[in-house]
Amino acid sequence: MSRAPRAAPEIGSRTAALTEEGYMTEVTVTISNRAGIHARPAALIVQTASKFASKIWLEKGSDRINAKSIMGIITLGASFGTPIHIMADGVDEAEAAAAIQTLFDSKFEED
Amino acid sequence: MPNKDENRFTVLDLLDLDLKEQNTLNLRCIGGRKGLPREITTPDLNRPGLALSGFYESFAWQRLQIFGRGENAYLKMLAEQGNVEIYEKLFSYPIPCCIFTHNLAPSKAFFDAAERAECPILQTDLTSSEFSSRVLRVLLDIFAPQTSIHGVLVEVYGIGILLTGDSGVGKSETALELIERGHRLVADDVVEIRCVNGSILMGQGANKVIGHHMEIRGLGIINITHLFGVGAIRDKKQIQLVCELEEWDSTKVYDRIGTEEMTTEILGVHVPKLEIPVKPGRNIPIIIETASMNERLKKMGYHSAKEFNQNVLRWLESENARALYFNRDDYL
Repeated sequence: MSRAPRAAPEIGSRTAALTEEGYMTEVTVTISNRAGIHARPAALIVQTASKFASKIWLEKGSDRINAKSIMGIITLGASFGTPIHIMADGVDEAEAAAAIQTLFDSKFEED
Repeated sequence: MPNKDENRFTVLDLLDLDLKEQNTLNLRCIGGRKGLPREITTPDLNRPGLALSGFYESFAWQRLQIFGRGENAYLKMLAEQGNVEIYEKLFSYPIPCCIFTHNLAPSKAFFDAAERAECPILQTDLTSSEFSSRVLRVLLDIFAPQTSIHGVLVEVYGIGILLTGDSGVGKSETALELIERGHRLVADDVVEIRCVNGSILMGQGANKVIGHHMEIRGLGIINITHLFGVGAIRDKKQIQLVCELEEWDSTKVYDRIGTEEMTTEILGVHVPKLEIPVKPGRNIPIIIETASMNERLKKMGYHSAKEFNQNVLRWLESENARALYFNRDDYL
């Protein structure tokens, strides 16, 4: 799972990287709610991610987890101000990444 | 139990009640048998002292009339004085029945008056206070609001769990597996629920004849008592958790954390409720067992999901503090 740390992309910028099957949508966000990602935000992310067919990952530093796994997201330990890299790969990857980004931007309806 | 056909509860039904141990009333009819079909309409008692002394304002005639030592001594005095028209006056009210405690029996004149008025006279060997508390408990139970729900009631690790859901979703099969694993069946198919004390939901089988039989598709009707022994059954149990089984709906959002508690309302009482999606490969009995244990933990004051989230929040907070320390520039 752990990979060499890469240069942090500019926050909010959406890029497309080439994967084996084709391009992958990537976007970087910052945790903007004070409490960080605890159980409730994690459930929201999973709920949103599960609506899409694409594979979705969240990356914090060198840890990458499946965005459809609730325990995985919680164990990321994403606290306030942490940059999180969202990656989506599949038929609806653009919508998926956008939906998750919206969640982060809305501070998970907290604060 | 009240006569289902007519939904009336009569004095005869009171004598017929099948009560156990600390609930027995030890009642027998010693006079006025013709009045046994009289209906008892309210779960209340009255000591008719004032009425006997001639004061009938606000006389609660519709209640069971309890004659203890005091009332009996007064009746005796009236009989000695030949003052028996008071009896006629008492029986001019359609009182459901007179109950003598301490195995006391009234005078012949009283009996005659009761016979004429067709008012049953019952006797018990209990003391007045003991009889009052027992009969009130029994009557409140009988007159409690009740309803019946389609489902299976099982006792799992001491928690009464009502399994509900559409037919064919596997309620009976789940219950069968739970029984096999050492838990108890209370009622299958139709569960009769009474609201006792306004806050406790007591569930039991709707029909003594159906007893602890179950219908399993492919097997037909099976007798749980014979198959699994008396340890596998129970007559009644408080409903403490409702598990609604439903076919897995991929568009529906199921609870993933468990910090928000759902409840359902039965007879005005809120009971914790879980929605459990069923699909092949999910072992529902084990989920129900776990739900039961988790419910017990909650009752003991330990809420797994909330506790977990507290720990996560504390951890995130400490991460914040670390970040503050290491990246002063960003935060200060």
